[in-house]
Amino acid sequence: MHESGDVRIPIGPQHPALKEPESFLISLRGEKITASSVRLGYNHRGIEKACEERTYTQGLYLIERICGICSHSHSTCFVQAVEEIAGIQVSPRAKYMRTLIAELERIHSHLLWLGVAGHEIGFDTLLMYTWRDREVVMDLLATLTGNRVNYGINTIGGVRRDINSKQKEEVLKAIDILEERTKYYIDLAKNETTLLKRLQGVGVLSYEDAKKLDAVGPTARASGIERDVRKDDPYAAYAELDFKVISVNSCDVYGRTLVRLGELMESYSLVRQIIRKIPDGPILIKSPRKIPAGQAVSRYEAPRGEDLHYVRANGTEKPDRVKVRAPTLANIQSVSKMLEDRYLADMPIVIAAIDPCFSCTDRLVSIRDTKSKEKNTVAWETIRLKGIAWYKDKGIDFISLNKKLTKLF
Amino acid sequence: MSRPGKIARLLIQSLFKKPATGNYPVDRSGMPEGFRGKLKFNAGMCIGCKMCMRDCPSEAIEIRKLGEKQFEAQINLAKCIYCGQCVDSCPKKVLEITAEFELARLDPAQLKVIFNDGNKDSPKG
Repeated sequence: MHESGDVRIPIGPQHPALKEPESFLISLRGEKITASSVRLGYNHRGIEKACEERTYTQGLYLIERICGICSHSHSTCFVQAVEEIAGIQVSPRAKYMRTLIAELERIHSHLLWLGVAGHEIGFDTLLMYTWRDREVVMDLLATLTGNRVNYGINTIGGVRRDINSKQKEEVLKAIDILEERTKYYIDLAKNETTLLKRLQGVGVLSYEDAKKLDAVGPTARASGIERDVRKDDPYAAYAELDFKVISVNSCDVYGRTLVRLGELMESYSLVRQIIRKIPDGPILIKSPRKIPAGQAVSRYEAPRGEDLHYVRANGTEKPDRVKVRAPTLANIQSVSKMLEDRYLADMPIVIAAIDPCFSCTDRLVSIRDTKSKEKNTVAWETIRLKGIAWYKDKGIDFISLNKKLTKLF
Repeated sequence: MSRPGKIARLLIQSLFKKPATGNYPVDRSGMPEGFRGKLKFNAGMCIGCKMCMRDCPSEAIEIRKLGEKQFEAQINLAKCIYCGQCVDSCPKKVLEITAEFELARLDPAQLKVIFNDGNKDSPKG
């Protein structure tokens, strides 16, 4: 909790250390953080509501644009839910294709994260190297799907593009290059003093705290929790593939780096298995435009952690309700715990270590009175006045500032 | 064992490597086969079912009837998200995707491209 004697620093909504608008309020005693709180809501785009206005096919492209990095994660999670409601059995080849793109996406996301982490600790050489290598997998995705981001390969009933033997060879060749590079990064992470000194013991989240705060993905696995949807509740083709769940017990940012590097190696082996095992057959099964009434929850292991979609259909062309729980929403609570009693300078890397995506996370909360069941709506003018009062409380008076400005000119 | 400056060897190696970036305006071979760029509309084959209009996520395409079995398409390049769903939705393979990606225009009116007979696009504005 924020105490009155401490220095309070607002970090964000606009801040050089943050990549997206979000607001952290940090209480400081000297250089040490005593308390921190996060405030989301600067990036709300109303995607869930917009999905209700669109058909399933149109909604798919909107869902894909929730996140630029894990676009395939969101769209697969959504189509899985819709297919479950409609009772569509996707062909094995389509399932393998989805898994292939998912693993390539994981490779690109983890390489991107490694670069961002390097940048946050002032190790920009690492950023340049990893992002250069990331281009290899980005080109691969462009060849396979027709786009570098927002691949648009999923559709209800299967996938839209097939893989041919020439592309298979290209994938294997690129994976060989990336594996060699990743081995170098693993060696670097284990030996490079800059990384070790800067990351070890930073942003500690104990096993108990990770469990209590419901951390997901690499954040949880770095705290010793072996939780991976691909293993626990296999979807797509993961049940037929052989892979390990990487987890370490160091509980810090260094552990999160090792988990992601380990997962990269697992992804390479998965991609090779997929290329070897991919069965022949159709890639698309024709699906009805109208999805029968029903509801489904779909789970997916996105690069950042478990992604969850809930879809309710009402028998028309448009969904009745779509709910998205992005992995960052599950991880964001743990940031306050990681920052406790740490130095202010560690804040950027600790926040970056959960690989946050705030625009995926932002949600609208509507308040209902439990007795009268009435929705509590707030008028625009009320919000404005509330904002002015909030700043006045912090010692900033816009009205007097305005008067001063008009006097000046 | 930790050893400082382990990355230094790689840095020196990089001095003698060719750049990782492409020579863009001169070399335009960067787009892979099957890249989803600007749409092409073969007017003569259109039956006017308007499935593309129904499925378009961004309302970028509009099919208009000109006469008996004659249709024209207006594609708004600024609205189009280049997903290629209209190509999949079309039952007669009227629409196709090209690899053209340099679509920026100075005049916003030129972003509305109209395709009618003869497979030609005539930017209006």
